[in-house]
Amino acid sequence: MTDRPVSVPGTIVGRMALPADTDPKLADYAHPERLVTTEWLAANLGTDGLVVVESDEDVLLYDTGHIPGAVKVDWHTELNDPVTRDYVDGARFAEICGERGIGRDTTVVFYGDRNNWWATYALWVFALFGHADVRILDGGRAKWVAEGREMTTEQPKPTTVEYPVVERDDVTLRAFKDDVLSHLDKVKAGSGALVDVRSPGEYSGELLHMPDYPQEGAVRGGHIPGAASVPWARAAAEDATFKSRADLEAIYLTEQGLSADDDVVAYCRIGERSSHTWFVLTHLLGFGKVRNYDGSWTEWGNAVRVPVVQGSERG
Amino acid sequence: MADLPPQLAELVDDFSAVGPKDRLQLLLELSQELPELPARYADAADSMEQVHECQSPLFLAVEVDASEKVRLFFSAPPEAPTTRGFASIMHTGLDGESAADVLAVPDDFYIALGLGEAVSPLRLRGMAAMLSRIKKQVRALTA
Repeated sequence: MTDRPVSVPGTIVGRMALPADTDPKLADYAHPERLVTTEWLAANLGTDGLVVVESDEDVLLYDTGHIPGAVKVDWHTELNDPVTRDYVDGARFAEICGERGIGRDTTVVFYGDRNNWWATYALWVFALFGHADVRILDGGRAKWVAEGREMTTEQPKPTTVEYPVVERDDVTLRAFKDDVLSHLDKVKAGSGALVDVRSPGEYSGELLHMPDYPQEGAVRGGHIPGAASVPWARAAAEDATFKSRADLEAIYLTEQGLSADDDVVAYCRIGERSSHTWFVLTHLLGFGKVRNYDGSWTEWGNAVRVPVVQGSERG
Repeated sequence: MADLPPQLAELVDDFSAVGPKDRLQLLLELSQELPELPARYADAADSMEQVHECQSPLFLAVEVDASEKVRLFFSAPPEAPTTRGFASIMHTGLDGESAADVLAVPDDFYIALGLGEAVSPLRLRGMAAMLSRIKKQVRALTA
């Protein structure tokens, strides 16, 4: 397993630093090497070549206690450029990784709160920079805590390593507004799909933001024409792990009519919830082309003269 | 900030005296100091107001006693330390102050805490919403 290049769509090709988790539940997924169980992580903590990264919605949650040795990456304050609405550039990304002891060949396992919502977002940003070996802790922080596993407030002091300055690939895994506009014809023709992962109220246009969350400034409500409505958390089981492959196929393939060779664009409000769906479609179900539209509704819902559909029909 | 009640002014001084990393640490400590709900609210979440603008569930209750002193009560889960920290700033800074002094707090006082860089402006909206809901309740209770 150690020498096998990872076969994933796009530019993520590299060598796995640590052996994959061979747990039978994971084996069913299209790319089981993208997940690790809590058992695997507990057994591998402290291994050379592994860095564990916590990414949470709550910026302070890591500081109240985290998996021993884990470092923190905050999406708001670290992965986003502070001025331009964009992710950090290659130079800053190299610093973020290097100072956390992450080298280009390091196995990075992400975990976090809220069904790994932010963990998959951080993983997706790492994927934009082509970091080869990125994995998710199945069940995230909630499962680790529920199993009574060790947590600590001790801050790790990683030795800074050299991380190369890599140019971000904004084509393979990321879609911009113009890409989505030209994707609409494909959606109409049936060779492309759009997945809206927001809540039903946001999809229909009754709500301009997530239930119980702050208004983030969209002047129009509704969804992009032709988009399937699949709220992201449907992919998560009660214990915050991902649902089984069969259950995921029942939702995305049978119920929604998507297929693994579709050209798919997923979106939400700012691209974080849709990273979760991007992970599910790409790594768990083996879709060959899935892009995340991170401009999402906070861009589309404010853009002039883009088509919007209201109501529960795809339109 | 001449208009701030003394405890709140002191918090603003504490926050602005340190760098962004230490501001987070200060917020973490405050989150741990948020008092437990008294029994009359502990089993009655329905009687409290939810602050929807916070990213994590936060409930708040406001009382004004006979001498017009404001009492504040907050409930937020341990897995929402940032929200608890914001609530704790409100509690430390405003609990026990007069209704008039609470209403006189500038709506944008939180900018002076300098948390924007450490926490992100988006997350800070929760704090602005908390203050505006507190004031609304104080106004209703003293009307």
